[in-house]
Amino acid sequence: MTTSRRTFIGGVSAAAVLSGTGAFAQKKYDNGATDAEIKLGHAGPYSGPASAYGVIGKTIEAYWKSVNDAGGINGRKVNFITLDDGYNPAKTVEVVRQLVEQDKVLCLFNTLGTPSNTAIQKYMNQKKVPQLYVATGASKWGKPKEFPWTMGYQPDYNTEGQIYARHLLANVKDPKIAILMQNDDFGKDYVEGFKKGLGDNVSKIVKLATYEVTDPTVESQIIQLKDTGANAFLNIATPKFAAQAIRKIADIGWKPAHYMTNVSASIAAVLKPAGYENSQGIITAYYLMDPNDKQFVDLPEVKTWSAWMDKYLPQGNKGDANYVYGYTVSYLMHETLKRCGDTLTHENVMKQAASFQKFRVPMLLPGITVSTSPTDFYPIQSVQLARFKDEGWALFGDVMSAEST
Amino acid sequence: MPAFPKKWLLVIIALAVVIPLLKPVLPDLVSDYRLFLVSTMMIAAIAVLGLNLLTGFNGQISLGHSAFYAVGAYTAAILMDKLDVPYYATLPVAAVVCFIVGYLFGLPALKLEGHYLALATFALALAVPQILKYKWLEDLTGGVQGIVLSKPEPPFGIPLSEDQWLYYYIFVVMVILYWAANNMLNSRSGRAMMAIRDYHIAADTMGIDTSLYKTVTFGISAAYTGIAGALSASAIAFVAPDSFNFFLSIKFLIGLVVGGVGSLTGSIIGGIFYVLVDNSAQALSTFVKNDLGLPFDLSAYTVFGILLIVLMYLMPMGIVGGVYILIRRLQRAGRGAPAAASRPAEAGKGH
Repeated sequence: MTTSRRTFIGGVSAAAVLSGTGAFAQKKYDNGATDAEIKLGHAGPYSGPASAYGVIGKTIEAYWKSVNDAGGINGRKVNFITLDDGYNPAKTVEVVRQLVEQDKVLCLFNTLGTPSNTAIQKYMNQKKVPQLYVATGASKWGKPKEFPWTMGYQPDYNTEGQIYARHLLANVKDPKIAILMQNDDFGKDYVEGFKKGLGDNVSKIVKLATYEVTDPTVESQIIQLKDTGANAFLNIATPKFAAQAIRKIADIGWKPAHYMTNVSASIAAVLKPAGYENSQGIITAYYLMDPNDKQFVDLPEVKTWSAWMDKYLPQGNKGDANYVYGYTVSYLMHETLKRCGDTLTHENVMKQAASFQKFRVPMLLPGITVSTSPTDFYPIQSVQLARFKDEGWALFGDVMSAEST
Repeated sequence: MPAFPKKWLLVIIALAVVIPLLKPVLPDLVSDYRLFLVSTMMIAAIAVLGLNLLTGFNGQISLGHSAFYAVGAYTAAILMDKLDVPYYATLPVAAVVCFIVGYLFGLPALKLEGHYLALATFALALAVPQILKYKWLEDLTGGVQGIVLSKPEPPFGIPLSEDQWLYYYIFVVMVILYWAANNMLNSRSGRAMMAIRDYHIAADTMGIDTSLYKTVTFGISAAYTGIAGALSASAIAFVAPDSFNFFLSIKFLIGLVVGGVGSLTGSIIGGIFYVLVDNSAQALSTFVKNDLGLPFDLSAYTVFGILLIVLMYLMPMGIVGGVYILIRRLQRAGRGAPAAASRPAEAGKGH
């Protein structure tokens, strides 16, 4: 491990030297890059059941506009082509083939959705075009041996689930655990990780209730879970349902140790509608800064982000974490392309993406950095636990990383 | 509506066979991507044809054909994934499975007419993606993760690309299915199907076993759409419940109505339309925003909707019906002045 890390740092410094002498180095281009522009491809759900995530695409689009307004990357403008796949994997295959074969993009960036990315993964690796920083928390995107052209971005659900389990076992006496789970890959990944974290204590789970995204409410599930007499509750739900669960739990006077996934940690979208008084003591894991959180509001990077929002996305709701997410992932892509210098080939993009050493991306929590290597395709692997207090998240403990993924 | 002239049909088939071979000569025009796009159009055309047999020729409305499409796709995918069945052998199995599912669904549907049937099929379209995720079936269907497949490769070392091969494979299947549908519709059974659509009671009185015909038509229609689904599993090389949401049914219905209800040619045009317009609507909406610089952020579906309304206004009988009426009108105009001259006289008589 040490040797590989050392050779790795050598590689990075060599790359730095090379980019420093970029003016003399020969320019090398693959499809999607010229002296004047860099083409990036993206597919996301602007219509259909997951269209709430469409704002991520809009954020990224705005980000590249701001980069281009500032002169582009090493003198090249970014041409960001984003297409609607309606969260339908069959459609994703179609639009991605258009991006790769007709538009000839340099790489795909932050394509959204686990099924959609699964549908194109094999194709992208056959074509040897990078599929970078995909927007899904599934744990299967960091397999450089099988899929050297695919890389994830955010901490995966599996890891987060493990972290909750460990905290729960250490802090809740004689736990009886009830779980509410959205019945899809997102929910299952969490439960899998959580069970892994419990280890021999899996039998402490007394009930697992599921719901479908199309359900109107989860109230009956919450009542069922309370009736088991559980004293700990894991809330694996998307924002609307997470808020319903918090409210219902308070209404029926249940007081479990409440763990809620990061997906629903937004104050504006979940905790405020659920009621601050009902949300006290909930524990979640964080990796993005919440710009509405009072402890961060005055940080320079938050102010920069806020000014950027005002200029490029004036209609955007600053309470929607997706805007922060889109900003951070674009920042990382921006840095990756900068580091590529004049060697804008598929291979070099992938190489640079796999060469980050504790790189700090603004709007990630203090202490959380991006690290990758040719064998580590998980850019962000750390989270910090936070407890809801008064009207905001109070971070506690250390930044925690997954031990094995 | 008249049948498509045979001479033209042969020309089109010849073109369809030759054009993909021009890929080495015209690599930009005949690219792998375009061939793939045409393949998806043909798959859509087969699915729309299936729906047309039921709705256009037999008068039963279905909003549930995405369900049969999904069953076909999953049948093919599971056979390829679990049992290593070659891709071409999955088609007959998918057809039989979907026929049975369609036939069984057709039985209770006998009691439902018009809007009620539409609602029942709607429920089917909503239920199937959920059933595919069900935990008892998960080992088979892969649950929400779906099943990743391999694309069919050209056999015997034929020097074709995967997409060229896929194109020919789907083209041959489509031609066979159209030929079969055409023969069926021009037979006694086909006339019985249409008689039921036109006047149910009269058909019954004439001695047609209406319930048998209706359920069998349901089965055949489902089988056609199921084959389209199986082909799509090969073409996309991936199946997941999210690919078969209710909106797919609506797309088939749009293809059907736009192409022409009760017309075989219309089904093909409908299939082409729905792939083409779906894609160009997006291009058009970006064009309006970025290139024209208009301050409208039209979503692709807004453009799609506007196009659809315009089209329905101009061609209420679908594209085939519209073109047919246009040709008739042109022919009448071509026949000369006397016809036109006689009209004012007729109008005069009315007063």
